[in-house]
Amino acid sequence: MKRLIVFLLTISTLPVISGRAQQRLAPPETLIRNATVLTITHGTLQNTDVLLRNGKIAAIGKNLQASANARIIDGTGKFVMPGIIDCHSHSMLDTINEGTLAVTSMVHTQDVLNTTDVDLYRELAGGVTTLNLLHGSANPIGGLNTVVKIKYGRPASEFLFPGAMPGIKFALGENVKQSSRPNLPGVPRRYPNTRMGVEEVIRDAFTRARDYKRTLDEYRAAVKNDKNAIPPRRDLQLEPLVEILEGKRYVHAHSYVASEILMLINIADEFGFKIKTFQHVLEGYKVAKEIAAHGAGASIFADSWGYKIEAYDAIPYNAAIMTRAGVVVSMNSDSDERARRLNIEAAKAMHWGDLTEEQALKLVTLNPAIQLGIQDRVGSLEVGKDADVVIWNAHPFSVYARVDTTFIDGEVFFDRQQDLARRPELAKERAALEQAEPNRPATRGQSPQTPRRRPSGHEDDDIEVEKP
Amino acid sequence: MRVLVAIVLLAGSVVAQQIGNPTTQEGVTPPRGTFAIRNARIVTVSGPDIENGTVVIRDGKIEAVGANVSVPAGAQTIDGRGLSVYPGMIDAGTNMGLVEVPQGANGTVDTSEVGDLNPNAKAIIAVNPHSAHIPVTRVEGITNTLTAPTGGLISGQAALINLLGTAPKEMAVVPQLALVINYPRITSAGEGFGGQRQQPANLSEALAANERQVEQIRKMLRDAEAYGRAQDAYAKDHSLPHPDHNVVLESLVPYVRGEQPVIFRAEREAEIRGAVKFAEDMKLKPIILGGHDAWKVASLLKQKNVPVILTGVLTLPVREDDDYDTLYANPAKLQEAGVRFCISTGDAGAEVRNLAQYAGMASAFGLSKADALKAVTLYPAQILNVADRLGSIEAGKMANLVITDGDLLEIRTHIRYLLIDGRPVVLTSRHTELNDSFKNRK
Repeated sequence: MKRLIVFLLTISTLPVISGRAQQRLAPPETLIRNATVLTITHGTLQNTDVLLRNGKIAAIGKNLQASANARIIDGTGKFVMPGIIDCHSHSMLDTINEGTLAVTSMVHTQDVLNTTDVDLYRELAGGVTTLNLLHGSANPIGGLNTVVKIKYGRPASEFLFPGAMPGIKFALGENVKQSSRPNLPGVPRRYPNTRMGVEEVIRDAFTRARDYKRTLDEYRAAVKNDKNAIPPRRDLQLEPLVEILEGKRYVHAHSYVASEILMLINIADEFGFKIKTFQHVLEGYKVAKEIAAHGAGASIFADSWGYKIEAYDAIPYNAAIMTRAGVVVSMNSDSDERARRLNIEAAKAMHWGDLTEEQALKLVTLNPAIQLGIQDRVGSLEVGKDADVVIWNAHPFSVYARVDTTFIDGEVFFDRQQDLARRPELAKERAALEQAEPNRPATRGQSPQTPRRRPSGHEDDDIEVEKP
Repeated sequence: MRVLVAIVLLAGSVVAQQIGNPTTQEGVTPPRGTFAIRNARIVTVSGPDIENGTVVIRDGKIEAVGANVSVPAGAQTIDGRGLSVYPGMIDAGTNMGLVEVPQGANGTVDTSEVGDLNPNAKAIIAVNPHSAHIPVTRVEGITNTLTAPTGGLISGQAALINLLGTAPKEMAVVPQLALVINYPRITSAGEGFGGQRQQPANLSEALAANERQVEQIRKMLRDAEAYGRAQDAYAKDHSLPHPDHNVVLESLVPYVRGEQPVIFRAEREAEIRGAVKFAEDMKLKPIILGGHDAWKVASLLKQKNVPVILTGVLTLPVREDDDYDTLYANPAKLQEAGVRFCISTGDAGAEVRNLAQYAGMASAFGLSKADALKAVTLYPAQILNVADRLGSIEAGKMANLVITDGDLLEIRTHIRYLLIDGRPVVLTSRHTELNDSFKNRK
């Protein structure tokens, strides 16, 4: 017995070998000195230091002290801002649309993460640190989202944003109706084909979810008294919808025209749940008071318009009108290309609609954090928040500005000087690879096979706009 | 049957009216006036800035520019204190006016004619002066666009337009400025023309297919050259047999004779090299449109003096291992290599209003601020051979001017006044009107 106890004690002290990556060493302490600090929540601080320690913002103030082995960055002339949060992204997803059914709440973007997507690096270079990875807009009720920090180079598990509220993608309008697809003879069309049908799909799904929730609730009550009570058969499609009804899952609803925005608000009110955000919502300015009254946020394009009929009434004053009506507004990209310059997208709300700098900065920091339920950790520069911090060489709202360094949890994930320093070595490596035997064209003219590329940088999931 | 036709026509016209709701100034071309912008900072672009000066405009032209310029009696004055005057911006790579809604409203799309060889498709014919895109764009300080057709191998002829006017004739600065050719891409992944995926071809097959397409263009240009000679011969000597007219070949004659430029859409290195060589062989005056790989072939472009209308400053780098700022830095690299270039959005219409942002980004990555401004004013004017009329604030040029409260390229700047062809343009658009309608909705 004693030997058994000793044995058990011994093995319990051995390091646990788990399937996860080894615990990483804490990143070095970093002190950014004498910068202009855009805190978002406490104004703009001149000639101020920011101390990053153990992955958090440890201090913000003047003449801060750091430990002896800290990395000191001279922030004179630089601007420090929280990492940008992109509320509508399809980066690092091998596929985005399970478009075969109108309700695909059982599919999860987390199952198709591709950490090697180079556009992640390009987004880091644009000062973005967090992404809301959404299912596409093929279905009235789409798949589940994944909120990630862009820890490019790490395994997928390290990307997942700790504690982010789970969410789901809904979509309304032309993409869902497949209105741009031609009617082919003999090829059945997927329901719905009109905005009437879009409503009915959602109504039907929530009606079934409500009934399913009732059986779940009955089981939960019954099992308290009888542990042999038989649980209802699991329904993976309805479970996320029950979570919505119970306030445990956020709804992010792609929408364009005023009629469908109001339609979804009415359904949500009827079934007793809240829409967390409308996405795109380019006619949101027409129904701003209704959106505000419901309590939904809006995640929009700054100024894209006219690419399809439902975007024809889009105006770049959308952010300003909705902000003034009390809606929490964020600017998003829905594009790996646009995600690199969300700083200017936010600034556009000062040009069109005259939002203040403070209001405009929130559009890509605190507001998207609120929309994703992560505002306790990110979205502003405050002591105790995650060290997701970006150093810019000019005010981020200047078209001439450029990112110097991007930190996530206090670690450098992009640095322009490091990037420049690596270029000669990478150029040599490329030249060597081009000369290597397997990469030479075969004598008979066969070209080397290249992997199929997913088209990137396109608008709104599946629109390919013809370029001149 | 007639009732049915009438109903269909009525339905079509209802849709047509819904798109492009008339704005207040649509049917009215403001008259040319005599204006003086006084006490403003004048950014001439062609010379040093004038910190406190006056611009006098009369009969559609800039009459005088300087620190001490007398104001003509009766001139309407604009108080320029605290404001800056710039030449209107020019985007040389658009389809402005040819498409209203690209997806879902095919009736509004007039960019691409059917067939591969359409040199006689003239963009100016189809430009819609009442497109909502036009006021939306000009209120941001873009006064001119080159509007080009797309599609096929020879797309048609591009037009340089003022973004003001109630009819194409009023808008046209140069109605047929350039021929537009899509230089054929070598697609070794087996992508057929038009983007259909076929079986992966091998390289020699792809090269052969590419050469066949180039030969199609070459043959038509040679036919046009011969046609031109035949017409000229007959004109000199009516005893010769009368050669029939051919609208297609007729339209090509000025271009094959090198009298007017030929724009080659070419983005990748292989196409740029191919286009430059083709133009040299056929004795054409080439301009490259696109030029994403132009930095790679800068010395060739410099040596052959081929200018580039650079689109793609805000496009993702194509190759995974390209530097993250490859396309941001493209303009700066060309400037350093001495290649002539200008910056364009490369957009069909809706995004053209952001032209300043493209220039600004180029400056964030190496291009000087002064050169970034030139890249959207004087350089496009020079490349399109209209620098005698546009691109800078100099006496004698067209009065296309934008007056701002700050740096024209910065997004936080506001436009205060706009003049096109010496006519004052009201700063309203479909977007300002929708804003006014809804901003106070309670």
